[in-house]
Amino acid sequence: MDALLLAFEMVFAPQTLWVMLGASLFGLFVGAVPGLTATMATALLVPVTFFMPPITAIAAIVTATAMAIFSGDVPGCLLRMPGTPASAAYADEAYAMTKKGQAELALGAGLVFSAVGGLFGTAVLIVCAPMLADFALRFSSFEYFWLVLLGLTCAIVVTSERPLKGVVSLLLGLLVACVGLGNPAGFPRFTFGSTELMGGIGMIPMLIGMFALSEILRYATHVGARTVIDTQPIGNVFRGMWALARKYPVQILRGSTVGTLVGALPGAGADIAAWMSYAISKKTSKEPEKFGTGHVEGIVESGAANNSALAGSWIPALVFGIPGDSITAIVIGVLYMKNMNPGPTLFTQNPQNIYAVFLLFIVANLIMIPLGFLCIKVAKRILKVPREILMPVILLFCIVGTFAINNTPFDVGVMLAAGVAAWVLEHNGFPVAPAILGVVLGGMLEENFITSMIKSDGSLAAFFTRPIAATLGVLTLAAWFLPPVVRRLRRVARA
Amino acid sequence: MKFNDAVFGAILVVIALAIVVHVQAFPTIPGQQVGPALFPGLVAAALGICGFLLVLSGLRHRASQPWIAAERWTRSKRHVAAFLAVIAAVAVYIALAEVVGFLIVGPAILFALCVTFGVRAPLAAIIAIVATLAIWFAFYKLLRVPLPWGVLTPFAF
Repeated sequence: MDALLLAFEMVFAPQTLWVMLGASLFGLFVGAVPGLTATMATALLVPVTFFMPPITAIAAIVTATAMAIFSGDVPGCLLRMPGTPASAAYADEAYAMTKKGQAELALGAGLVFSAVGGLFGTAVLIVCAPMLADFALRFSSFEYFWLVLLGLTCAIVVTSERPLKGVVSLLLGLLVACVGLGNPAGFPRFTFGSTELMGGIGMIPMLIGMFALSEILRYATHVGARTVIDTQPIGNVFRGMWALARKYPVQILRGSTVGTLVGALPGAGADIAAWMSYAISKKTSKEPEKFGTGHVEGIVESGAANNSALAGSWIPALVFGIPGDSITAIVIGVLYMKNMNPGPTLFTQNPQNIYAVFLLFIVANLIMIPLGFLCIKVAKRILKVPREILMPVILLFCIVGTFAINNTPFDVGVMLAAGVAAWVLEHNGFPVAPAILGVVLGGMLEENFITSMIKSDGSLAAFFTRPIAATLGVLTLAAWFLPPVVRRLRRVARA
Repeated sequence: MKFNDAVFGAILVVIALAIVVHVQAFPTIPGQQVGPALFPGLVAAALGICGFLLVLSGLRHRASQPWIAAERWTRSKRHVAAFLAVIAAVAVYIALAEVVGFLIVGPAILFALCVTFGVRAPLAAIIAIVATLAIWFAFYKLLRVPLPWGVLTPFAF
């Protein structure tokens, strides 16, 4: 109980609340500007959170991302341009509603059911994370090895249309993680005599490069027509929400559940959750013919899904240190920086920190409603912010932010290289998310693999002798080999 | 730039081979079967196999995938300039910030980028100065990040 009180004290400290307010406005803005994503918001926040106490830093990230995922709906609805990829699934639908003069209903549904989905995901996080942590206390290096491998496998299966390219992306990430002294033998690998590389390639500069710089490059090379903003005034967005909630309770629950689950799967985040929920909604709807013509049902379901995914992705991140999406990949970096190393012991040794994270999620999703309303009111002005000015300023911010982590220009070079590499890879159909997971989890995978190998004296059979390890191992191998086998069987059956 | 998968595959195979050869020189730990070479060696081997598969798939789709496909933006001078300007801006910062100082390099790259992105010069100049000062104030004054003064060191405050 004391821990809970401590948590309340930390979350409701004036400093934390001010930071949450600032982060909210920042998140709403970044989400509402097309081309700036929630992940980018997180990457840009990191250099600033570097100077904050742990809970305040997490508060900034939790609020900014929750807000950004909601406010991504706004330009989707008004411009048909999703503000973040998480809103892409239903941007056409929302825009069709605006065309029909129902912008209020679309935006209101996005806002209210984002908050509902977010709170649902939070509830699952509060219930499941401690249970999983309790279970995970019994894990040894064998279980962790399989768990990380299973997580990486999920990331590829879920995120890539072409698994081969996902695997390549992952392997490149793992290789980057090998650089430096940070391996079980303490031997400097791939440093080529550079002292800068001894400590490994900095994770934060790399993430800022991959998520912010690559986004600026994408903007620079984007050839497209300028869009016109719909100028009809926006009225009361909360009208009709209660009726929607009563009409679509199953959809809200299902969207939130699917969202949380997809979020918890490593590698898949809010955007995939929204696409899946929208598809499920259409498939099971009583009026599927209305989808695409400005029908609110799909927005209700997938709007709930993308925000619940955000909370869901924190479950594996906090319990195992395995990120559920690219945002939590950055969060894990921040947690390590703050000496709040993720893992089951986080729940037993400093429970107040975990309770504080739970509280932050609840507060963030509640203040989303008034602040989101404000954002909708000033949306048209945000959408007019010229991106040709915004992007250079963001670039300078990235440079300074990267420099601020270790005060070395070398890191700025890392950011540049990572940004260009991410842009080239993504441009050629290689998904970036597996690479991030590879970088974040490479050290953990190797450490548990080598420890296990030493324990078993080089025998691979030992990886299957403990019951939980064996189960995880079989699951992992099934995820590798089942899809191709099933595909082959289907082809045979058809022939 | 879109490349044929085979181009990527070939590059990956070369990288993988280089790593596999390179890790052979890593020391072994006496009395243990696993050393620092094992993990990167395995990853590189897997990368080599994937690279080989990519080469195969690239050659199979040779008809629809040219070796290098130029995209729309590469034919627009403005977009090529914008792309190169972003990369050049970061490179210039790395090369010059320590020597010349943040307060000079910052506005210079902001101004250059804004103008390349199509902002009119007077507005770009104002933005370059105001944004640099705002970032400088936040990071140097509030967060105490030692942004370099460079040639302005005698005037540092």
